[in-house]
Amino acid sequence: MLDKKLLNYTIRRILYLIPIILAISVMIFAILKFTPGDPAMVLLGERATEEALQLTREKYALDEPLVVQYAKMMQNFFSGELNSIYYRENVITVVMQKMVPTLELGFTALLLALVVSIPAGVISAVKRNSFFDYASMVTALFGISIPVFFTGILGIYFFAVKWQVLPASGYGGSPLTVEGLRHIIMPAFVLSFTLMASTTRITRSTMLDVIQADYIRTARAKGVKERYVIWSHAFRNALMPITTNVGNQIARLFAGAILTETVFAWPGVGRLAVNAIFRRDEPLVFGAVLILSIIYVLVNLLVDLFYAVINPQIRYE
Amino acid sequence: MLRIKTFYLFLVSVMILVVLLPQAQKDLISYSVFAVLTGTLFWLSWVILEANRRRAKTNIKSSGQLVWLRLSRNKNAIFGMIVLILLSYIAILAPFICPHDPLNIDWGALSQGISASYWLGTDDLGRDIFSRNIYGIRVALGIGVTAVILNTIIGSFLGLMAGYYGGKIDNIIMRLLEVWNSIPFILLAIAIMAALGTGITKLILIVSLSNLMAFARIIRGEVLTTKEADYIAAARVIGIGDWKIIRTHIIPNSISPVLVLASLSVGETILVIAGLSFLGLGIQPPMASLGGMLSNGQQFLHQNLLMSVVPGVTILLIVLSFNLFGDGVRDALDSKLSD
Repeated sequence: MLDKKLLNYTIRRILYLIPIILAISVMIFAILKFTPGDPAMVLLGERATEEALQLTREKYALDEPLVVQYAKMMQNFFSGELNSIYYRENVITVVMQKMVPTLELGFTALLLALVVSIPAGVISAVKRNSFFDYASMVTALFGISIPVFFTGILGIYFFAVKWQVLPASGYGGSPLTVEGLRHIIMPAFVLSFTLMASTTRITRSTMLDVIQADYIRTARAKGVKERYVIWSHAFRNALMPITTNVGNQIARLFAGAILTETVFAWPGVGRLAVNAIFRRDEPLVFGAVLILSIIYVLVNLLVDLFYAVINPQIRYE
Repeated sequence: MLRIKTFYLFLVSVMILVVLLPQAQKDLISYSVFAVLTGTLFWLSWVILEANRRRAKTNIKSSGQLVWLRLSRNKNAIFGMIVLILLSYIAILAPFICPHDPLNIDWGALSQGISASYWLGTDDLGRDIFSRNIYGIRVALGIGVTAVILNTIIGSFLGLMAGYYGGKIDNIIMRLLEVWNSIPFILLAIAIMAALGTGITKLILIVSLSNLMAFARIIRGEVLTTKEADYIAAARVIGIGDWKIIRTHIIPNSISPVLVLASLSVGETILVIAGLSFLGLGIQPPMASLGGMLSNGQQFLHQNLLMSVVPGVTILLIVLSFNLFGDGVRDALDSKLSD
């Protein structure tokens, strides 16, 4: 599977990431520098003396030209010396500590969405206009229209306040333990709902397109069992649009994760980044947004590579 | 196409109203704007009816009529349009409908249920939820539609430049958009809001930069295919300028996928704005916003469920209608866009 062309393509794409990541860091830095107010004052508080302010400015190179400041920030970031103002700890360490709950939440949601939506979409397409088709399409329509935080609030009201079966918020440790699982069920379901809905819709519509193709009729005419026709002839060809859609939805998953973490008080990177922005914790904002963007770019790269594996034409471009 | 245009025009006029007068008053301006809007709507429908009567004699149908025919057979899309027209009227009429001032605090009626004077109860500060909700609809529709229009214009312009001029310009624009697209948008929006401060204008500006890539890509693709056509080459040979070619040949050819994408992205944009307001950026209290009301409602979930259910259901209804309408437009134009 890993032929030379694919390897070439992969290497090219990975090298291409370097300028992108640099450009992202410049952009984040520029936004930070737009923020009004003296960063040294924010660091030390209003009552700091002029001398102390001057010392801090020198320490963080705040008096230097912006290019030097940027270079210094990048250097500190990659050598692990960029410290958060609020946590007084290395930015990368702080972000990585919060990364575990976020990744747990994100992966559970992604898994849940795929496990539910792909069979639902395929069944809807195969049994078109059946009750199941209508029910899943209406649910999916609601799924793409409802705000994440409203689903979250409704979930909290019914499961935590009224019936008291699940905890209202917070993190319960690894999802492999009972307590962790109880805590992750609601946020993961809420986060996955939008992705689930849009993947069901796209799976259904692509499957409907594919099922009408000539080669499906040929396969049926040759007497291939219906199960094989659906899953190994039709579904395999529908996989590409579905992958593209899931890839495009990753962005929404990120946005949804920040809102879900806020609703459920989930101690993840999204909330960390939002709080850092509110607290004007410049180094942490820089680090957290940069790391999140790098992950986002990497996920998109993985989607593209997966795309290249299932569609050999891409590699020749 | 005229009837769809009427609908778009209607939404646009709502947005102009909100942007001009965010804090609506029961004054002469509101009355006259409302009168002008309704008058325009009636006049347009009359023009359409007249035109149809004249056209009814022939069997030839223009492509716009066919699109409308397909759209009007789609019950879901019609339902979405009717709900949106109703909501727009509610938004325009907000100062006349509301039984209470949305900002008025009634210490004697804190967190009440449904009653004759407070139709949907009151919130933790004794403000009327019904009135706040209506003003929330006004702001959500106004900002959402404005942001999508700006987004469409900026994105299409960038795509047009990239596709038409090609080469270096194409490379620069598309690479920049790629970078812009690779930072999770909500973080970018939060960071910019934190840097520049909050406010309706800033909110609209930031959200209007959210979906640039999608618009630019579509337009660029369309332009690249249209550009190769013989009639464009012919136009160039007889010395017609770039702008005239773009205006008369390129834009009309690429308008329908853009309309579809714009119709489909209004719902999502409204969700983004509600999300920002929910996080405490976006529209600032005491001004009513659906996202802000929900975030407030979550804190009082034990005492008063109405505080979160009312704005939540309203957002759901708005976004659902836009999605139904957008799906209908997509099916009617039968473009290759998926989801």
